[in-house]
Amino acid sequence: MGFFLETLFGGLMAGMLYSLVALGFVLIYKASGVFNFAQGAMVLFAALAMARFAEWIPLWTGLNSFVLNVLLAFAAAALVMFAVAWVIERLVLSKLVNQEGTTLLMATLGVAYFLDGVGQSIFGNDIYKIDIGMPKDPVLLLESVFPGGIMISKEDLIAAVIAAVLVAMLTLFFQKTATGRALRAVADDHQAAQSIGIPLDRIWVIVWCVAGVVALVAGIIWGSKLGVQFTLSTVAMRALPVVILGGLTSVPGAIIGGLIIGVGEKLSEVFLGPYVGGGIEIWFAYVLALVFLLFRPQGLFGEKIIDRV
Amino acid sequence: MSKKIGDVILDVKNISLSFGGVKALSDISFNVREHEIRAIIGPNGAGKSSMLNCINGVYTPQQGSITFRGRTFDHMDSHEVATMGIARTFQNLALFKGMSVLDNIMTGRNLRMKSNIFLQALRIGPAEREEEMHRARVERIIDFLEIQAYRKTPVGQLPYGLQKRVDLGRALALEPQMLLLDEPMAGMNVEEKQDMCRFVLDVNDEFGTTVVLIEHDMGVVMDISDRVVVLDYGKKIGDGAPDEVRNNEEVISAYLGTSH
Amino acid sequence: MLYRENGQFKSSYRQDQQIFPILQDRIGIWLLLAFAFVGVPLLANEYLFRAILVPFLILALAALGVNILVGYCGQISLGSGAFMAVGAYAAYNCMVRVEGMPLVLALLLGGVFSTLVGMFFGIPSLRVKGLYLAVATLAAQFFCDWAFLRVKWFTNDSASGSVSVSDLVAFGLPINSPVAKYWFCLSFLVVFALLAKNLVRSAIGREWMAIRDMDVAAAVIGIRPVYAKLSAFAVSSFIIGVAGGLWGFVYLGSWEPAAFSVDRSFQLLFMVILGGMGAISGSFFGAAFIVMLPIAINIFLPMLGGLLGIGISTAALTHAEFIIFGALIVWFLIVEPHGLARLWSVGKQKLRIWPFPH
Repeated sequence: MGFFLETLFGGLMAGMLYSLVALGFVLIYKASGVFNFAQGAMVLFAALAMARFAEWIPLWTGLNSFVLNVLLAFAAAALVMFAVAWVIERLVLSKLVNQEGTTLLMATLGVAYFLDGVGQSIFGNDIYKIDIGMPKDPVLLLESVFPGGIMISKEDLIAAVIAAVLVAMLTLFFQKTATGRALRAVADDHQAAQSIGIPLDRIWVIVWCVAGVVALVAGIIWGSKLGVQFTLSTVAMRALPVVILGGLTSVPGAIIGGLIIGVGEKLSEVFLGPYVGGGIEIWFAYVLALVFLLFRPQGLFGEKIIDRV
Repeated sequence: MSKKIGDVILDVKNISLSFGGVKALSDISFNVREHEIRAIIGPNGAGKSSMLNCINGVYTPQQGSITFRGRTFDHMDSHEVATMGIARTFQNLALFKGMSVLDNIMTGRNLRMKSNIFLQALRIGPAEREEEMHRARVERIIDFLEIQAYRKTPVGQLPYGLQKRVDLGRALALEPQMLLLDEPMAGMNVEEKQDMCRFVLDVNDEFGTTVVLIEHDMGVVMDISDRVVVLDYGKKIGDGAPDEVRNNEEVISAYLGTSH
Repeated sequence: MLYRENGQFKSSYRQDQQIFPILQDRIGIWLLLAFAFVGVPLLANEYLFRAILVPFLILALAALGVNILVGYCGQISLGSGAFMAVGAYAAYNCMVRVEGMPLVLALLLGGVFSTLVGMFFGIPSLRVKGLYLAVATLAAQFFCDWAFLRVKWFTNDSASGSVSVSDLVAFGLPINSPVAKYWFCLSFLVVFALLAKNLVRSAIGREWMAIRDMDVAAAVIGIRPVYAKLSAFAVSSFIIGVAGGLWGFVYLGSWEPAAFSVDRSFQLLFMVILGGMGAISGSFFGAAFIVMLPIAINIFLPMLGGLLGIGISTAALTHAEFIIFGALIVWFLIVEPHGLARLWSVGKQKLRIWPFPH
C-alpha cells in the first residue's frame, strides 16, 4: 500500500508537470482558437534561455548574489519569450487570420521546428542544468502510518504549489479582468470581437506573452528536475492528450487532465508494465485520449463541439 | 396543356423542432402533391429552412412524422433521403469549392455509380464506361442550365448567380423525384431570376419533378407555384392556392404588420 | 510557350477525360519516363542513387499516400510513420516466416496489413476532425512505436531489436546494385502514381474531395462519410505501407522502430504541405524538395560561411535545417497554401501568355 501511494504521488507530480505545459495550450486556444503545436518547443526554448542566462549573467555583470542572479535570469528569459510572442504574432498569426484550423495547426508545427533550431543555435545544444535553489532532498510523510514513511520530493511539492498559484492567477485573470473578458470574446468569435473594437493583434500578443511566461515556468520546473535538453520538447508532446482529456477550453481541465494522465501513466507502467514488456508510458496518454475522442471528444470540462450547417 | 397534379407524396405531420429554448417549428402539418410546385413563404426567421432541413435529415425534429411515398419516418437520415429521390439546394450554397463545375455536378451522380474501387483504380472496362455514361448525363444538365463555358472552372471562382446554377445542377444530377429549393433566386437580378424560374418550370414540366421551394420574391411565388404554405414564427398561418393565401388577413399582417 | 495548347478538339468524353489531354503533354510524359528509366542510370553515379534518388522515390510514394488522406480527403494524419512501420515489419515477417515468399508479394502484403491498421485508427475520423484527429493518429504512431520495440514477435525475437534483410530478389533478378534498386523503386512509384491518379479522378476521388470541402453537403447528396473516410484511410495506408516496406528492405537494409518515428510522420506531412495538397504531382515536388534541402544546406552553408569567414559546425547545419524547414512551412502556408504544385501551374500559365503579363 505504501508503495502504491508513493507511485500515486509520483504520478501526481509528473502529471502536474504535464498540466503546466497543457496550461499554455489551453490559454492560447481559449483566446485565439489556435492550437499551438509549438508549446513544447516554447517550453524548451524558455528553459534553454533561463539556463544559459543564469550562466551568462554573472559573467556579464560580475554579480555574485544567487538570488539576484536567478531573478535577473528569469526576467531576461521572460523578455525573450515576450519577443518570441511578438514575432510569432506579427509574422505568422496575423497573416493567417482567416484560415481554417488545420492550416494554423500546421503553421504552428513550422514554428515549433523553427524555435527548436533557433533555440539551439543561440543557446547551444548540450545538456544544461537549471538551479533555482530547489531543495533536492526528499521528505518523508505519514511515518506513523506506514513503516519508513512515504517518500515525496520537496522539490515536487514546491513545484505543485507554484503551479497552483499560477493556475489561480490565470483563472482570476480570465474571469475578473477586462482583458480576460476580451480574450474570451476573441476566442469565441474573431470577427465579432473585432467589430466591437477589440484590437485583435494586441490581444494575441498579450496571450502569447502570457503563454510564453507559463512555458517559462514550466520549463524551469521541468529543467530543474530533469535537466534541460532537446528531448524536453518531445516529452512536452505528451501534454497534447492532457488537453484532450481536460477539454481544450478549460483551465481546471488542463490541471485535472494532467494529474489523471500522470497518475495513469505511472500506475499502468508499474503494475501493468511487467506483463507486456514495459514502456507503456510511450502510448498510454495517447491511447487514453483516443478513447475519450471516441466517446467524449470535448473532454471532461470542455464545451461541446457543435458543427453548424 | 395543363399539368396533371397527382396524389400526395410528402406528408408532414405535426413537426415541432426546438434548439435549446428556441422553438423553431411548432406543430407544422402540410402535404405536397406529386408534380406540383409548392412554395413555402414567410417572414425571415419563420422556420422555412429549418423545415427543409427536417425533411432532408439535417435536423431531427423533437415531435412529428414525415411520410414520403407511403413510408413514415420520425426522423430522416440524410443519406437515405438522397436514395429515396429527394434532392436539395442550400441557401448558403454548399458547393465543393475545391472542385470544378463538372466535378461538382458529377458528385451528384455518385449514388448511381456502382463500380468498385479496384476497377476505378485500373480505369478499365466497366469503370471507364460508367464514367463516360454519367459524364453524358451531366453534360445534358450543363446544357440545360447553360453553363457550358464554365465546366472546368473551379466553382469558387464563379460569380454568385452561376454558383447557384451549379447548386441546382448538382441537385438535378440525382434525378430526384422531389426537389427542395432553398431560396434559389436570392441575390439575383431580374434577368437571372427569370432564367432560374425558367429552369424550375422546365424541370417540373419535362421531368415531372415535384418542387418544394422557399422563396421571398412574391411575384415569383404567385406566378409559378401551384400551392403555398405560409409560416410565421414557426407556426403555419396559411395553406392553399396562391390567390387564397394572398388575400388571407393573417398573412398580410405577418408581412406588413398591423396597427394595434 | 513552347507549344500551343489549344486547337486539339476532343470528340468523345473518353478523350476529354484523359490524364494528359494535350498531345505534347503526352509526349512529354513518355519522354520523362524514358529519361527516368534509361537516361538517369546512364548519367547518375552511385552516390546519387544511394543518397538522393532511391530515398526520393520511396518518400515520394509515401507522400503520395499521405496526400490522398490529407490533401484529397482533408483528414489530418500524423501517424504516417507508424503505417510505414507496419508495412515494413509485416513484409519482414512474411519473408521470414513463410518459406519462399516472393519479395513483391511480401511488400504488397505489408501494405495490406498497413491498410487494416490504418482503417482501425481511422475510425476516430468518423467522430472528430482537425486537431482532435491529429491526436488520434498520434496515438497510432506511439502505439506502433512501442509495439515494434517491445513485442518480440514482430522482430522475430531479435536480440538487438533491429531486423535486417539481404539478398533481395524479384522475378528472378537480384536487387543488389544501386541501379537495380532504383529501377525497382521507380517501377513501384510509376505504377502506384498511375493507380492513384485514376482513383482521384473517379467517383471515389470526388467523394474524398466532397468530404474535404463540405462534409454536411456531401451527406445530403448521398455520399456516405463512413465509406469515403475509411476508404481514404485504407488506400492511403496501403500505399504508405508499401513505401515503408521499400524503405526498410531496399533503402535501409536493416532497421529499428526509430526509422519510422514521429519525425518521419512530420517529414511526410511537410512534403505534402510544401509540395501541394490535393495534387498528385505535389507529392513528387514535396519529396524532391525535402530530400534535396538538407543536401543543399550542407553544401551551400559552409560555402557561405567560407565567404564570410565563419566556420560552420555540423551541429549548426542541423540547426539550420530546422530553422529553414520551419520558416519554409510557415512561409508556404502564408504565401501559397497550395504548395509547389500550384506555383508550377501558375508558372506554366504565365509562360503561356508570355510576354503579356495577363
